[in-house]
Amino acid sequence: MELVTPEIGLVFWTSVSFFILFIILAKFAWKPIMGAISERERSIEDALLKAEAAKDEMARLTNENDALLKQARAERDLILKEAKVLKDQIVADAKDNAQKEGARMIELARIEINNLKAIAMADVKNQVASLSLEIAEKVLRKQFEDSSKQDALVADLLKEVKL
Amino acid sequence: MIGSIAALGAGLAVIGAGIGIGQVGGKAMEGISRQPEAASKIQTAMIIAAALIEGAALFGVVVSFLGLR
Amino acid sequence: MHFSHVLKSKKIALSLILGVFLTFCTCKTFATQAEHAPETEQPAHTEGGHEEAFNPSEVILEHIADSHSIHLWGTASIALPVILYTDKGLEVFSAANFEHGHKDFAGKHYTYRLVKDKVAIVEGTDNLLPAATVLSLNKKLIDFSITRNVVSMWMSMLIIFIIFLSVSSAYKKREGKAPKGLQSFIEPIIMFVRDDIARPNIGYKYERFMPLLLTVFFFIWVNNLIGLVPFFPGGANLTGNIAVTFVLAFITLVVVNINGNKYYWKHIFAPDVPVWLYPIMWPVELVGIISKPFALMIRLFANITAGHIIVLSLISLIFVFKAASVSLVSVPFVVFMDVLELLVAALQAFIFTLLTALFIGTAIEEHHH
Repeated sequence: MELVTPEIGLVFWTSVSFFILFIILAKFAWKPIMGAISERERSIEDALLKAEAAKDEMARLTNENDALLKQARAERDLILKEAKVLKDQIVADAKDNAQKEGARMIELARIEINNLKAIAMADVKNQVASLSLEIAEKVLRKQFEDSSKQDALVADLLKEVKL
Repeated sequence: MIGSIAALGAGLAVIGAGIGIGQVGGKAMEGISRQPEAASKIQTAMIIAAALIEGAALFGVVVSFLGLR
Repeated sequence: MHFSHVLKSKKIALSLILGVFLTFCTCKTFATQAEHAPETEQPAHTEGGHEEAFNPSEVILEHIADSHSIHLWGTASIALPVILYTDKGLEVFSAANFEHGHKDFAGKHYTYRLVKDKVAIVEGTDNLLPAATVLSLNKKLIDFSITRNVVSMWMSMLIIFIIFLSVSSAYKKREGKAPKGLQSFIEPIIMFVRDDIARPNIGYKYERFMPLLLTVFFFIWVNNLIGLVPFFPGGANLTGNIAVTFVLAFITLVVVNINGNKYYWKHIFAPDVPVWLYPIMWPVELVGIISKPFALMIRLFANITAGHIIVLSLISLIFVFKAASVSLVSVPFVVFMDVLELLVAALQAFIFTLLTALFIGTAIEEHHH
């Protein structure tokens, strides 16, 4: 019975001691310790969150970069395409122009040539005419140097002339 | 005399508690072997249950103390 | 205070435990002999004078119970102050005046005698008036002595202060860094109390109760461990004393009921049963309020006391059989029991804290059903 009967003295001292223990530990031990532990946990969690955020940011940046790259590539392609079209057009235009110009020049040349040809022909005709006249004069002069031949010719001519 | 009878009663109480704690422990082991990932939860629950059963046995022990002069 | 490296090696720890308890064994044998001897010459038995048969239950109960002196070794002991509150006033003197119960002491107001390590008033001719206990209040004499248990409690408080104040200063010094030394030994225990005891049982409001739970946990644990040490700083059976567990359980009772919210009180005074059942339910629920801390009190008390009784019984076997060879059997058993008690010391602290957290949790639970 004695063993299971609490004694007032010990109850009193235990209460007082436990109260003191509780107050001192709560103030000087648990508060800083729990504070430090939760502070550290919070900082670790913060760091993890930050790492996660950084990872997200990284992924976002990479995505953005990719998108930008894609866009740039597409733009470049577009520009190239446009340039090509333009080039083609310019080349085509140039070709066309050149052709036209060439044709025109050829035409002009032909006209000139024709003109020159005509002039030359005319010249040649004149020369031929004068040459043939000269030749004919010379031949005639030779032919008619002696009077017998003249007579023979006349006789021939007369023979031809039939009245 | 009273002390001895109280001690016998305490012994009887301990038999019951022993069976009870044995059951708790055995079932907990089964549970852990079935679900090893829940081991810590099962352990906590097991200790609580064992403590409650043990409390009953300890009442028997205390009764036997009461018999001591 | 950095002794964690000692604890790291299992071999060292084991041999330490073994060494401590082997010392304990020899100490206890001397102690039982020494303390047994004067008992036979107590005033009540003086006529006989012959050697009395060894009574193990008497010796064991003497060790379990509180005392007004701390036994050191052989016949050496420290006499503790006796503080008595009598109906005529306060009385303070040293327990050395009793000379281990051989002599009565005539104080200012009464003459006192030590009977089974308890102070009693001698009135008239050998009419003894015992000191008051909580249950049987004797108006004449209340014993507020600094007993062996009180000294042991203060020792444990000193140890707790040294450990935790140094740890908390380490936290201040090494802010935001990983724990080191004693700090890294204590932190997992604190985290265990927080994550495995407080948070799952109390819920998100656990932070308010952490100081109480931690204090209770370490107070019980350290005192359990000190109770296992058989020589001077320990040797007392503090947590195996019903007065101490009564105070601890009473604190739980008060904390639980102060923090009980309206759901808790509704569950007690207006449960979901027909109104005519209320007269039956109220006493049942009120008994439930008391019985939970009561079970806490009994559990801790009986566990620790039972452990001490078993150890002492095993030692007593040597003296019952009056043969040193029995120690070959009983000492290994004692070592085994002591190792088991190391486990029980932590387990009981854990259970007490866990159940306190559980009761607080049910009292502050927001809504159930």
